[in-house]
Amino acid sequence: MRYMMLIYSKETAGGLSAEEDSRHRMAHRSVMTEATEKGVLVGAEPLDPVSSATTVRIENGKLLVTDGPFAETKEQLAGYYIIDCVDLEDAKQWAAKIPTACFGGSGCIEIRPLPGLSKK
Amino acid sequence: MQEAFAAALSAWPEKGIPQSPAAWIIAAAHRKIIDQSRREKTKREKEDSLRYETPSTIQPDEWTEEAMQFPDDRLRLMFTCCHPAINQEAQVALTLRTLGGLTTPEIARAFLTPEATLAQRLVRAKRKIQDACIPYEVPPAHALAARLESVQAVIYLIFNEGYSAATGDKLVRGDLCNEAIRLGRVLCELAPSEPENLGLLALMLLHDSRREARSVDGKLVTLEEQDRSRFDRTAIAEGISLVERALRVGSPGPYQMQAAIAALHAEAGEAVNTDWRQIAALYERLLKMSPSPVIALNRGAAVAMSGRLAEGLGLIDELTGLDHYYLFHAARADILRRMGRRGEAAEAYGRALGLAGNRVEQEFLSRRLGEVGE
Repeated sequence: MRYMMLIYSKETAGGLSAEEDSRHRMAHRSVMTEATEKGVLVGAEPLDPVSSATTVRIENGKLLVTDGPFAETKEQLAGYYIIDCVDLEDAKQWAAKIPTACFGGSGCIEIRPLPGLSKK
Repeated sequence: MQEAFAAALSAWPEKGIPQSPAAWIIAAAHRKIIDQSRREKTKREKEDSLRYETPSTIQPDEWTEEAMQFPDDRLRLMFTCCHPAINQEAQVALTLRTLGGLTTPEIARAFLTPEATLAQRLVRAKRKIQDACIPYEVPPAHALAARLESVQAVIYLIFNEGYSAATGDKLVRGDLCNEAIRLGRVLCELAPSEPENLGLLALMLLHDSRREARSVDGKLVTLEEQDRSRFDRTAIAEGISLVERALRVGSPGPYQMQAAIAALHAEAGEAVNTDWRQIAALYERLLKMSPSPVIALNRGAAVAMSGRLAEGLGLIDELTGLDHYYLFHAARADILRRMGRRGEAAEAYGRALGLAGNRVEQEFLSRRLGEVGE
Protein backbone atom coordinates (compact mmCIF):
# COMPACT_ATOMS: atom_id res chain seq x y z
CA MET A 1 0.00 0.00 0.00
CA ARG A 2 1.35 3.43 -0.96
CA TYR A 3 0.96 6.11 1.67
CA MET A 4 1.30 9.84 1.24
CA MET A 5 2.96 11.48 4.20
CA LEU A 6 2.03 15.11 4.41
CA ILE A 7 4.48 17.22 6.37
CA TYR A 8 2.79 19.92 8.40
CA SER A 9 5.25 22.42 9.75
CA LYS A 10 4.88 25.51 11.90
CA GLU A 11 6.11 28.62 10.11
CA THR A 12 8.20 30.72 12.45
CA ALA A 13 9.60 34.15 11.88
CA GLY A 14 13.12 33.92 10.56
CA GLY A 15 12.77 30.22 9.75
CA LEU A 16 15.67 27.90 10.39
CA SER A 17 19.19 29.06 11.12
CA ALA A 18 21.84 28.04 8.60
CA GLU A 19 23.03 25.29 10.89
CA GLU A 20 19.51 24.02 11.62
CA ASP A 21 18.71 24.16 7.93
CA SER A 22 21.67 22.02 7.03
CA ARG A 23 20.83 19.47 9.75
CA HIS A 24 17.25 19.42 8.53
CA ARG A 25 18.27 18.77 4.92
CA MET A 26 20.60 15.99 6.06
CA ALA A 27 17.72 14.34 7.92
CA HIS A 28 15.51 14.45 4.83
CA ARG A 29 18.31 13.12 2.67
CA SER A 30 18.86 10.23 5.04
CA VAL A 31 15.17 9.21 4.91
CA MET A 32 15.15 9.47 1.11
CA THR A 33 18.37 7.47 0.81
CA GLU A 34 17.08 4.72 3.08
CA ALA A 35 13.71 4.56 1.29
CA THR A 36 15.45 4.51 -2.10
CA GLU A 37 17.81 1.73 -1.05
CA LYS A 38 14.85 -0.32 0.14
CA GLY A 39 13.08 0.41 -3.14
CA VAL A 40 10.01 1.91 -1.49
CA LEU A 41 10.37 5.61 -2.28
CA VAL A 42 7.72 6.67 -4.79
CA GLY A 43 8.19 10.41 -4.45
CA ALA A 44 9.13 13.25 -2.12
CA GLU A 45 9.25 17.00 -2.56
CA PRO A 46 9.23 20.17 -0.49
CA LEU A 47 6.66 22.96 -0.93
CA ASP A 48 7.33 26.69 -0.91
CA PRO A 49 5.93 28.48 2.15
CA VAL A 50 2.20 29.35 2.21
CA SER A 51 3.02 32.97 1.37
CA SER A 52 3.44 31.68 -2.18
CA ALA A 53 0.06 29.88 -2.20
CA THR A 54 -2.81 30.70 -4.53
CA THR A 55 -6.23 29.13 -4.18
CA VAL A 56 -8.44 28.62 -7.22
CA ARG A 57 -12.05 27.54 -7.24
CA ILE A 58 -15.04 27.69 -9.59
CA GLU A 59 -17.99 29.54 -8.12
CA ASN A 60 -21.19 30.06 -10.15
CA GLY A 61 -19.28 29.09 -13.25
CA LYS A 62 -16.61 31.71 -12.64
CA LEU A 63 -13.00 31.13 -11.84
CA LEU A 64 -12.27 32.59 -8.44
CA VAL A 65 -8.64 33.18 -7.53
CA THR A 66 -7.58 34.16 -4.04
CA ASP A 67 -4.25 34.82 -2.45
CA GLY A 68 -3.17 32.41 0.26
CA PRO A 69 -3.85 28.85 1.28
CA PHE A 70 -7.22 27.04 1.28
CA ALA A 71 -7.30 27.03 5.09
CA GLU A 72 -5.46 29.09 7.64
CA THR A 73 -4.05 26.59 10.08
CA LYS A 74 -1.47 26.62 12.81
CA GLU A 75 0.69 24.19 10.87
CA GLN A 76 1.22 24.52 7.15
CA LEU A 77 1.71 21.89 4.50
CA ALA A 78 5.45 21.96 3.82
CA GLY A 79 6.11 18.89 1.70
CA TYR A 80 5.26 15.30 1.10
CA TYR A 81 6.64 11.79 0.76
CA ILE A 82 5.01 8.88 -1.02
CA ILE A 83 6.33 5.58 0.33
CA ASP A 84 5.29 2.04 -0.45
CA CYS A 85 4.65 0.44 2.96
CA VAL A 86 3.59 -2.96 4.26
CA ASP A 87 0.84 -1.54 6.44
CA LEU A 88 0.01 1.40 8.70
CA GLU A 89 2.56 0.31 11.33
CA ASP A 90 5.30 0.34 8.70
CA ALA A 91 4.07 3.75 7.49
CA LYS A 92 4.15 4.99 11.07
CA GLN A 93 7.82 3.98 11.38
CA TRP A 94 8.70 5.91 8.23
CA ALA A 95 6.69 8.95 9.33
CA ALA A 96 8.58 8.99 12.62
CA LYS A 97 11.84 9.48 10.69
CA ILE A 98 10.68 12.42 8.57
CA PRO A 99 11.70 15.81 10.02
CA THR A 100 8.87 18.34 10.24
CA ALA A 101 10.66 21.60 11.05
CA CYS A 102 10.81 22.62 7.38
CA PHE A 103 9.33 26.06 8.07
CA GLY A 104 11.05 26.64 11.40
CA GLY A 105 8.78 25.11 14.02
CA SER A 106 8.31 21.37 14.27
CA GLY A 107 4.92 19.96 13.39
CA CYS A 108 3.47 16.61 12.44
CA ILE A 109 3.00 14.11 9.66
CA GLU A 110 -0.41 13.16 8.36
CA ILE A 111 -0.47 9.67 6.87
CA ARG A 112 -2.99 9.03 4.11
CA PRO A 113 -3.29 5.79 2.14
CA LEU A 114 -3.24 6.14 -1.65
CA PRO A 115 -5.83 3.63 -2.88
CA GLY A 116 -5.12 4.25 -6.59
CA LEU A 117 -7.66 5.12 -9.28
CA SER A 118 -8.94 1.59 -9.83
CA LYS A 119 -10.33 1.29 -6.30
CA LYS A 120 -12.40 4.49 -6.43
CA MET B 1 -37.49 -23.77 -2.60
CA GLN B 2 -37.30 -22.95 -6.29
CA GLU B 3 -34.17 -24.99 -6.61
CA ALA B 4 -35.90 -27.92 -4.94
CA PHE B 5 -38.82 -27.59 -7.30
CA ALA B 6 -36.50 -27.74 -10.30
CA ALA B 7 -34.77 -30.78 -8.85
CA ALA B 8 -38.15 -32.45 -8.29
CA LEU B 9 -39.25 -31.78 -11.88
CA SER B 10 -36.01 -33.10 -13.32
CA ALA B 11 -36.25 -36.26 -11.20
CA TRP B 12 -39.88 -37.04 -12.07
CA PRO B 13 -39.47 -38.32 -15.61
CA GLU B 14 -37.01 -40.98 -14.46
CA LYS B 15 -38.64 -42.00 -11.21
CA GLY B 16 -42.23 -41.43 -12.14
CA ILE B 17 -44.55 -39.06 -10.27
CA PRO B 18 -44.07 -39.74 -6.53
CA GLN B 19 -47.08 -40.50 -4.40
CA SER B 20 -46.99 -37.26 -2.52
CA PRO B 21 -45.25 -34.56 -4.57
CA ALA B 22 -45.52 -32.02 -1.75
CA ALA B 23 -43.70 -34.26 0.71
CA TRP B 24 -41.04 -35.00 -1.83
CA ILE B 25 -40.45 -31.32 -2.59
CA ILE B 26 -40.17 -30.52 1.09
CA ALA B 27 -37.70 -33.36 1.61
CA ALA B 28 -35.71 -32.18 -1.40
CA ALA B 29 -35.71 -28.64 -0.08
CA HIS B 30 -34.21 -29.94 3.16
CA ARG B 31 -31.60 -31.84 1.20
CA LYS B 32 -30.81 -28.68 -0.78
CA ILE B 33 -30.45 -26.65 2.41
CA ILE B 34 -28.11 -29.26 3.85
CA ASP B 35 -26.08 -29.34 0.63
CA GLN B 36 -25.88 -25.59 0.55
CA SER B 37 -24.77 -25.26 4.15
CA ARG B 38 -22.16 -27.95 3.47
CA ARG B 39 -20.93 -26.00 0.46
CA GLU B 40 -20.81 -22.80 2.50
CA LYS B 41 -18.98 -24.57 5.28
CA THR B 42 -16.35 -25.87 2.87
CA LYS B 43 -16.04 -22.41 1.34
CA ARG B 44 -15.64 -20.89 4.79
CA GLU B 45 -13.05 -23.45 5.78
CA LYS B 46 -11.07 -22.69 2.64
CA GLU B 47 -11.30 -18.98 3.36
CA ASP B 48 -10.25 -19.57 6.95
CA SER B 49 -7.19 -21.55 6.00
CA LEU B 50 -6.23 -18.84 3.52
CA ARG B 51 -6.78 -16.18 6.12
CA TYR B 52 -4.44 -17.79 8.62
CA GLU B 53 -1.78 -18.32 6.02
CA THR B 54 -1.71 -14.61 5.18
CA PRO B 55 -1.25 -12.82 8.48
CA SER B 56 -1.02 -9.23 7.20
CA THR B 57 -4.54 -7.86 6.97
CA ILE B 58 -7.99 -9.34 6.84
CA GLN B 59 -11.20 -7.85 5.61
CA PRO B 60 -13.31 -6.72 8.58
CA ASP B 61 -16.41 -8.22 6.97
CA GLU B 62 -14.83 -11.66 7.21
CA TRP B 63 -14.58 -11.51 10.99
CA THR B 64 -16.85 -14.36 11.75
CA GLU B 65 -17.44 -16.45 14.79
CA GLU B 66 -15.35 -19.19 13.26
CA ALA B 67 -12.34 -16.87 13.38
CA MET B 68 -12.85 -16.50 17.13
CA GLN B 69 -12.11 -20.14 17.80
CA PHE B 70 -8.39 -19.46 17.78
CA PRO B 71 -7.30 -17.80 21.05
CA ASP B 72 -4.20 -16.18 19.57
CA ASP B 73 -6.31 -14.68 16.85
CA ARG B 74 -8.58 -13.14 19.41
CA LEU B 75 -5.62 -11.33 20.85
CA ARG B 76 -4.36 -10.23 17.43
CA LEU B 77 -7.83 -9.06 16.56
CA MET B 78 -8.02 -7.20 19.84
CA PHE B 79 -4.83 -5.25 19.18
CA THR B 80 -6.08 -4.47 15.68
CA CYS B 81 -9.39 -3.20 17.00
CA CYS B 82 -7.56 -1.18 19.65
CA HIS B 83 -5.01 0.32 17.28
CA PRO B 84 -4.30 3.93 18.28
CA ALA B 85 -5.03 5.09 14.72
CA ILE B 86 -8.68 4.34 15.50
CA ASN B 87 -10.59 6.75 17.67
CA GLN B 88 -10.73 5.29 21.17
CA GLU B 89 -14.49 5.15 21.50
CA ALA B 90 -14.58 3.26 18.23
CA GLN B 91 -11.83 0.88 19.41
CA VAL B 92 -13.92 -0.21 22.33
CA ALA B 93 -17.09 -0.51 20.30
CA LEU B 94 -15.36 -2.46 17.56
CA THR B 95 -13.75 -4.95 19.93
CA LEU B 96 -17.05 -5.52 21.70
CA ARG B 97 -18.80 -6.02 18.39
CA THR B 98 -16.08 -8.24 16.96
CA LEU B 99 -14.77 -10.20 19.91
CA GLY B 100 -17.44 -9.77 22.54
CA GLY B 101 -20.23 -10.95 20.28
CA LEU B 102 -22.46 -8.09 21.42
CA THR B 103 -25.16 -6.52 19.32
CA THR B 104 -25.03 -2.85 18.40
CA PRO B 105 -27.95 -1.92 20.75
CA GLU B 106 -26.20 -3.63 23.68
CA ILE B 107 -22.98 -1.74 23.02
CA ALA B 108 -24.91 1.52 22.60
CA ARG B 109 -26.44 1.00 26.03
CA ALA B 110 -23.11 0.18 27.66
CA PHE B 111 -21.75 3.43 26.23
CA LEU B 112 -24.79 5.57 27.00
CA THR B 113 -24.72 6.42 23.26
CA PRO B 114 -27.54 6.51 20.70
CA GLU B 115 -27.63 3.36 18.58
CA ALA B 116 -27.32 5.21 15.25
CA THR B 117 -24.19 7.04 16.44
CA LEU B 118 -22.62 3.78 17.52
CA ALA B 119 -23.45 2.04 14.25
CA GLN B 120 -21.81 4.91 12.37
CA ARG B 121 -18.77 4.66 14.61
CA LEU B 122 -18.42 0.95 13.82
CA VAL B 123 -18.73 1.49 10.09
CA ARG B 124 -16.11 4.23 10.14
CA ALA B 125 -13.72 2.17 12.25
CA LYS B 126 -13.99 -0.85 9.95
CA ARG B 127 -13.40 1.37 6.94
CA LYS B 128 -10.35 2.89 8.61
CA ILE B 129 -8.84 -0.54 9.31
CA GLN B 130 -9.38 -1.55 5.73
CA ASP B 131 -8.35 1.66 3.97
CA ALA B 132 -5.35 2.53 6.12
CA CYS B 133 -4.16 -1.12 6.26
CA ILE B 134 -4.02 -1.38 10.02
CA PRO B 135 -2.02 -4.57 10.62
CA TYR B 136 -3.55 -7.72 12.06
CA GLU B 137 -0.89 -8.60 14.62
CA VAL B 138 0.17 -8.47 18.24
CA PRO B 139 2.44 -5.38 18.41
CA PRO B 140 6.18 -5.91 18.89
CA ALA B 141 7.54 -5.55 22.45
CA HIS B 142 8.67 -1.94 22.05
CA ALA B 143 5.19 -0.82 21.03
CA LEU B 144 3.27 -3.01 23.46
CA ALA B 145 3.03 -0.66 26.47
CA ALA B 146 1.42 2.15 24.50
CA ARG B 147 -1.15 -0.18 23.06
CA LEU B 148 -2.13 -1.85 26.32
CA GLU B 149 -4.23 0.92 27.78
CA SER B 150 -6.99 0.76 25.22
CA VAL B 151 -6.94 -3.04 25.30
CA GLN B 152 -7.46 -2.90 29.08
CA ALA B 153 -10.38 -0.51 28.69
CA VAL B 154 -11.96 -2.79 26.15
CA ILE B 155 -11.59 -5.92 28.28
CA TYR B 156 -13.10 -4.17 31.26
CA LEU B 157 -16.08 -3.02 29.22
CA ILE B 158 -16.66 -6.56 28.01
CA PHE B 159 -16.57 -7.69 31.61
CA ASN B 160 -19.04 -5.01 32.64
CA GLU B 161 -21.37 -5.89 29.83
CA GLY B 162 -21.33 -9.47 31.03
CA TYR B 163 -21.57 -8.56 34.70
CA SER B 164 -24.60 -6.38 34.25
CA ALA B 165 -26.09 -7.28 30.90
CA ALA B 166 -27.72 -4.23 29.36
CA THR B 167 -30.75 -6.08 28.11
CA GLY B 168 -32.34 -9.47 28.48
CA ASP B 169 -33.53 -11.59 31.32
CA LYS B 170 -30.30 -12.82 32.81
CA LEU B 171 -28.50 -10.52 35.19
CA VAL B 172 -25.11 -12.00 34.58
CA ARG B 173 -23.96 -13.28 31.26
CA GLY B 174 -21.23 -15.41 32.69
CA ASP B 175 -19.75 -16.25 29.32
CA LEU B 176 -18.81 -12.61 28.75
CA CYS B 177 -17.31 -12.33 32.24
CA ASN B 178 -15.32 -15.51 31.71
CA GLU B 179 -14.17 -14.25 28.35
CA ALA B 180 -13.03 -10.91 29.77
CA ILE B 181 -11.20 -12.68 32.62
CA ARG B 182 -9.55 -15.05 30.16
CA LEU B 183 -8.39 -12.13 28.01
CA GLY B 184 -7.21 -10.38 31.18
CA ARG B 185 -5.08 -13.43 32.04
CA VAL B 186 -3.59 -13.47 28.55
CA LEU B 187 -2.66 -9.81 28.94
CA CYS B 188 -0.97 -10.55 32.27
CA GLU B 189 1.02 -13.30 30.59
CA LEU B 190 2.07 -10.91 27.81
CA ALA B 191 3.12 -8.09 30.12
CA PRO B 192 3.36 -9.43 33.69
CA SER B 193 5.32 -6.46 35.04
CA GLU B 194 2.60 -3.98 34.10
CA PRO B 195 0.68 -3.46 37.37
CA GLU B 196 -2.47 -2.19 35.68
CA ASN B 197 -2.84 -5.55 33.90
CA LEU B 198 -2.71 -7.26 37.30
CA GLY B 199 -5.09 -4.64 38.71
CA LEU B 200 -7.57 -5.21 35.92
CA LEU B 201 -7.52 -8.99 36.33
CA ALA B 202 -7.86 -8.63 40.12
CA LEU B 203 -10.77 -6.24 39.70
CA MET B 204 -12.64 -8.61 37.42
CA LEU B 205 -11.99 -11.64 39.63
CA LEU B 206 -13.18 -9.79 42.74
CA HIS B 207 -16.39 -8.61 41.07
CA ASP B 208 -16.96 -12.01 39.55
CA SER B 209 -16.51 -13.71 42.93
CA ARG B 210 -19.95 -12.34 43.83
CA ARG B 211 -21.65 -13.67 40.71
CA GLU B 212 -23.60 -16.42 42.51
CA ALA B 213 -24.75 -14.12 45.31
CA ARG B 214 -25.92 -11.27 43.10
CA SER B 215 -29.20 -12.83 42.14
CA VAL B 216 -31.44 -15.29 43.91
CA ASP B 217 -34.27 -16.92 41.95
CA GLY B 218 -33.65 -14.39 39.18
CA LYS B 219 -33.98 -11.48 41.61
CA LEU B 220 -31.23 -8.87 42.02
CA VAL B 221 -29.66 -8.80 45.47
CA THR B 222 -27.73 -5.66 46.45
CA LEU B 223 -24.18 -5.98 47.78
CA GLU B 224 -25.49 -5.14 51.25
CA GLU B 225 -27.99 -8.00 51.21
CA GLN B 226 -25.86 -10.62 49.46
CA ASP B 227 -25.28 -13.98 51.14
CA ARG B 228 -21.51 -13.79 51.63
CA SER B 229 -21.17 -17.54 52.10
CA ARG B 230 -21.93 -17.77 48.37
CA PHE B 231 -18.93 -15.65 47.40
CA ASP B 232 -16.26 -17.50 45.46
CA ARG B 233 -13.40 -17.63 47.99
CA THR B 234 -10.84 -18.90 45.47
CA ALA B 235 -11.49 -15.94 43.17
CA ILE B 236 -11.30 -13.54 46.13
CA ALA B 237 -7.99 -14.99 47.30
CA GLU B 238 -6.53 -14.74 43.80
CA GLY B 239 -7.89 -11.22 43.38
CA ILE B 240 -6.48 -9.96 46.65
CA SER B 241 -3.07 -11.50 46.04
CA LEU B 242 -3.00 -9.88 42.57
CA VAL B 243 -3.90 -6.44 44.01
CA GLU B 244 -1.14 -6.75 46.59
CA ARG B 245 1.36 -7.82 43.94
CA ALA B 246 0.32 -4.90 41.72
CA LEU B 247 0.47 -2.28 44.48
CA ARG B 248 3.97 -3.46 45.49
CA VAL B 249 5.20 -2.29 42.06
CA GLY B 250 4.52 1.22 43.32
CA SER B 251 2.82 2.63 40.25
CA PRO B 252 -0.85 2.90 41.15
CA GLY B 253 -3.46 3.30 38.44
CA PRO B 254 -7.23 3.34 38.04
CA TYR B 255 -7.62 -0.46 37.82
CA GLN B 256 -5.51 -1.04 40.92
CA MET B 257 -7.61 1.54 42.81
CA GLN B 258 -10.85 -0.10 41.77
CA ALA B 259 -9.47 -3.53 42.60
CA ALA B 260 -8.46 -2.26 46.05
CA ILE B 261 -12.03 -1.02 46.54
CA ALA B 262 -13.42 -4.38 45.46
CA ALA B 263 -10.96 -6.12 47.81
CA LEU B 264 -12.25 -4.06 50.76
CA HIS B 265 -15.78 -5.18 49.91
CA ALA B 266 -14.73 -8.81 49.61
CA GLU B 267 -12.73 -8.73 52.84
CA ALA B 268 -15.68 -7.55 54.93
CA GLY B 269 -17.14 -10.68 56.51
CA GLU B 270 -20.47 -8.92 56.85
CA ALA B 271 -21.84 -5.93 54.95
CA VAL B 272 -22.06 -3.80 58.11
CA ASN B 273 -18.31 -4.23 58.64
CA THR B 274 -17.46 -2.71 55.26
CA ASP B 275 -14.81 -0.01 55.56
CA TRP B 276 -16.81 2.64 53.66
CA ARG B 277 -14.58 5.43 54.89
CA GLN B 278 -11.54 3.90 53.22
CA ILE B 279 -13.59 3.04 50.14
CA ALA B 280 -14.73 6.68 49.85
CA ALA B 281 -11.08 7.79 50.17
CA LEU B 282 -10.02 5.36 47.43
CA TYR B 283 -12.78 6.66 45.18
CA GLU B 284 -11.52 10.17 45.74
CA ARG B 285 -8.03 9.13 44.59
CA LEU B 286 -9.54 7.28 41.66
CA LEU B 287 -11.54 10.36 40.67
CA LYS B 288 -8.32 12.39 40.56
CA MET B 289 -6.65 9.76 38.35
CA SER B 290 -9.50 9.40 35.90
CA PRO B 291 -12.22 12.01 36.29
CA SER B 292 -15.56 10.62 35.15
CA PRO B 293 -19.16 11.27 36.22
CA VAL B 294 -19.72 7.55 36.90
CA ILE B 295 -16.76 7.40 39.32
CA ALA B 296 -17.99 10.62 40.94
CA LEU B 297 -21.38 8.92 41.35
CA ASN B 298 -19.76 5.94 43.08
CA ARG B 299 -17.77 8.24 45.32
CA GLY B 300 -20.96 10.05 46.34
CA ALA B 301 -22.62 6.71 47.11
CA ALA B 302 -19.59 5.58 49.18
CA VAL B 303 -19.59 8.84 51.15
CA ALA B 304 -23.30 8.32 51.86
CA MET B 305 -22.67 4.73 52.96
CA SER B 306 -19.92 5.83 55.33
CA GLY B 307 -22.67 7.50 57.33
CA ARG B 308 -22.59 10.93 55.70
CA LEU B 309 -25.91 10.61 53.82
CA ALA B 310 -26.57 14.30 53.15
CA GLU B 311 -22.99 14.93 52.04
CA GLY B 312 -23.15 11.95 49.65
CA LEU B 313 -26.48 13.07 48.20
CA GLY B 314 -25.07 16.58 47.74
CA LEU B 315 -22.09 15.19 45.76
CA ILE B 316 -24.44 13.19 43.53
CA ASP B 317 -26.86 16.06 42.96
CA GLU B 318 -23.97 18.17 41.68
CA LEU B 319 -23.31 15.75 38.84
CA THR B 320 -24.44 16.51 35.32
CA GLY B 321 -24.71 14.38 32.21
CA LEU B 322 -25.99 11.25 33.98
CA ASP B 323 -29.69 11.95 33.56
CA HIS B 324 -30.11 8.98 31.22
CA TYR B 325 -28.10 6.63 33.42
CA TYR B 326 -30.38 4.44 35.53
CA LEU B 327 -27.80 3.93 38.29
CA PHE B 328 -27.68 7.70 38.86
CA HIS B 329 -31.37 7.69 39.76
CA ALA B 330 -31.11 4.36 41.59
CA ALA B 331 -28.27 5.70 43.78
CA ARG B 332 -30.19 8.89 44.60
CA ALA B 333 -33.28 6.81 45.35
CA ASP B 334 -31.34 4.56 47.71
CA ILE B 335 -29.87 7.46 49.69
CA LEU B 336 -33.24 9.24 49.86
CA ARG B 337 -34.81 5.98 51.10
CA ARG B 338 -32.17 5.72 53.84
CA MET B 339 -32.85 9.35 54.78
CA GLY B 340 -36.54 8.55 55.10
CA ARG B 341 -37.49 10.95 52.27
CA ARG B 342 -39.92 8.42 50.82
CA GLY B 343 -41.75 10.64 48.32
CA GLU B 344 -38.53 11.77 46.63
CA ALA B 345 -37.15 8.23 46.82
CA ALA B 346 -40.24 6.89 45.04
CA GLU B 347 -39.86 9.50 42.30
CA ALA B 348 -36.17 8.60 41.77
CA TYR B 349 -36.93 4.84 41.74
CA GLY B 350 -39.58 5.57 39.12
CA ARG B 351 -37.07 7.35 36.90
CA ALA B 352 -34.49 4.58 37.36
CA LEU B 353 -37.13 2.00 36.48
CA GLY B 354 -37.91 3.79 33.23
CA LEU B 355 -34.23 3.60 32.20
CA ALA B 356 -33.17 0.11 33.36
CA GLY B 357 -32.89 -2.27 30.42
CA ASN B 358 -32.53 -5.51 32.32
CA ARG B 359 -35.62 -7.31 33.62
CA VAL B 360 -33.85 -8.41 36.81
CA GLU B 361 -32.90 -4.82 37.56
CA GLN B 362 -36.39 -3.61 36.70
CA GLU B 363 -37.91 -6.11 39.13
CA PHE B 364 -35.55 -5.00 41.88
CA LEU B 365 -36.41 -1.34 41.34
CA SER B 366 -40.16 -2.12 41.27
CA ARG B 367 -39.80 -3.95 44.57
CA ARG B 368 -38.01 -0.97 46.15
CA LEU B 369 -40.55 1.42 44.65
CA GLY B 370 -43.28 -0.65 46.29
CA GLU B 371 -41.47 -0.51 49.66
CA VAL B 372 -41.09 3.26 49.76
CA GLY B 373 -44.60 3.70 48.39
CA GLU B 374 -46.19 1.82 51.29
